[in-house]
Amino acid sequence: MLLEVTLSGVTLGGMYALVAMGLTLQYGVARIMNLSYGELLIAAAFAALWFYSGLALSPLLGLLVVPPLAFALSYAIYRILLQPLVRRAKTRDALEVDSILATFGLLFVIQGVMLAAFGGAYYSYSFLSIPLHIAGATVAANRLLALVLAVVIGLGLYLALTRTRLGTAVRAVAVDPVAAQLVAIDVRTASALAFALGGALVAAAGVLVSMFLTFNANLGVVFTLKALVVVIMGGVGNLLGALIAGLVLGLVENYVAVFVDPGLTLAATYAIFLLVLLVRPQGLLGRSSR
Amino acid sequence: MMRMALGALAVSAAAMLAVAPASAQDKVKIGYAISKTGPNAGGASITQIPNYEMWVKDVNAKGGLMIGGKRVPIEVVEYDDRSNSEEAVRAVERLVTQDKVDLLFPPWGTGLNLAVGPVFNKYGYPQLTFSAVTDRAPELAKRWPNSFWLLGTSKQYVDALADLLKKMRSEGKIGPNIAMISIADGFGIDLSQAARKSFTDAGFKLAYDKSYPIGTQDLSPLIGEAQRSGADTFVAFSYPPDTMALTEQSKVASYAPKVMFLGVGVGFPMYPQRFGANAEGIMSLGGWSKDNASTAAYAKKHEEMFKRGPDRWGSQIGYSSLQMLEQAIERVGKIDRAAIIKELQTGTFDTVLGKVKLVDNQMKDNYWLIGQWQDGFFVGVAPQRPGVGTPTVPKAPWKP
Repeated sequence: MLLEVTLSGVTLGGMYALVAMGLTLQYGVARIMNLSYGELLIAAAFAALWFYSGLALSPLLGLLVVPPLAFALSYAIYRILLQPLVRRAKTRDALEVDSILATFGLLFVIQGVMLAAFGGAYYSYSFLSIPLHIAGATVAANRLLALVLAVVIGLGLYLALTRTRLGTAVRAVAVDPVAAQLVAIDVRTASALAFALGGALVAAAGVLVSMFLTFNANLGVVFTLKALVVVIMGGVGNLLGALIAGLVLGLVENYVAVFVDPGLTLAATYAIFLLVLLVRPQGLLGRSSR
Repeated sequence: MMRMALGALAVSAAAMLAVAPASAQDKVKIGYAISKTGPNAGGASITQIPNYEMWVKDVNAKGGLMIGGKRVPIEVVEYDDRSNSEEAVRAVERLVTQDKVDLLFPPWGTGLNLAVGPVFNKYGYPQLTFSAVTDRAPELAKRWPNSFWLLGTSKQYVDALADLLKKMRSEGKIGPNIAMISIADGFGIDLSQAARKSFTDAGFKLAYDKSYPIGTQDLSPLIGEAQRSGADTFVAFSYPPDTMALTEQSKVASYAPKVMFLGVGVGFPMYPQRFGANAEGIMSLGGWSKDNASTAAYAKKHEEMFKRGPDRWGSQIGYSSLQMLEQAIERVGKIDRAAIIKELQTGTFDTVLGKVKLVDNQMKDNYWLIGQWQDGFFVGVAPQRPGVGTPTVPKAPWKP
């Protein structure tokens, strides 16, 4: 039983981490507090649904197509909509406020387009909902896939950020955009890339999540909020932190649901969040992208 | 010739002028505020908005409502209440005072209908709710005689379910233990409270009884606990996303209780679409008559118009309520809201559900409280009334 709860907690946590990793890049490196983040996730979920029911293709194929599209879209959004804000912002705080307002508007644009196209009704489909038995415990293949991808993406990007030249540049921008310029790093390009990469990540999360969650055009904010909790808990801009914080949240929620009371899962989530903020305000693994 | 034509024109113009004031109305303005965005939008756009659109289209296709011997077309004013009760109240006030609508349609859900109830009452507009389940319905109908509570009370549903389970137990089909979970929100709290009493009174024991917060994205811990409780009846008062997740995660966990009763969403068209043969045997609120040609025709029309079927719980009741309103208006023959309310309270109406006569502003035995998916049809299995289906117990094992 303990194993079963742990396994389901880890898969849930993997999903949280997957959903949060894009935001940690956008917020930590590009310094854009993107409130329309969850909407992009839902849009990707609709795209996966369209792949599955409209084109009768596997949503896994969507995983190859949707994130690159989201990358291009996010890149364009950053260059056209957000770069002017970055240019005129005098301080980091000013940029934060401006980006919150701008992406708040973007939220309604994306949501409105989805409402016009799909209405407010719920959508869902079944894919890979196959039970896998691991050491006596059972887990759904689609949820496990989300966990595996979260770990692969998390570790892969971590290595890319720490072992490559471009990754080092991106980290430098996260730590100090002004000093980064002094050592000839193209801050704007690095930020745009980080923002676009965040968009691609959240689109991947949307495609995966659509395989097991029921969604509608209004559900984006739920994911934005969860991602924000994970990002702040793990340390803004810290991919490994997001991975660990997501897993911690998933495990805690499921342990509390089984051993205490399922009604207290939300309370437990926010209790841990508060505790982390009190003890380690910079997040579990600290602020900058390490 | 030219002069004659002009003369004729002048005469006919004069005739038109003379007629115009005599026809009191050239259109009927109907307004509604409904959740097009926010958490209620999912339910509203499946059960409620299609009914409004379909009825208006149907009536206008006939030329409009028959008022005072002539057809008067309907004009619609629609607002989004953003799933917010203050917004709903403001919008309804605005519909009455600014848009000066002749009639109002209700919003979606128990909470919002309770919120706008005083406004409907203040201005004397009939409020035909069909997406609100509350045990206070009889009391509310007394306090606001203009309000009609067509979807019934929580107690009605859980009593019907308890009766059904009791019968199964006496036939030796199920044991005395029930595992129950409920969402920590209006619907789940109301229904689970009523069920706790009803099940205990019927001699059942709640082996597992927990609530979970809205937006829970993994229900496998609850399914595991229900499984370990040893109960062979599983009851969940859940919302659509959880209903879908519960079905899927139960299948993955190979949890197959003999009776599986789930909440809102089982009657949605996406449910059998997604689960196919695995929907077989799942029970929920609502249900359809197998032999009712008019609900079948209604479902077909719904499918043609919206590319998806109706909700097998509230939809047919909703369309019936609009038919009742239509007939009440035509019988009164003018937009006299007090007379329309009176007619709704006392008249007998022809609806897709059959003949309906309200008792204390509520429907009595006009629809099914409990249904079960059988051979791809959501059959009504309770209460006991003509055409009742026989529940299949135990539920068939999950298919891969």
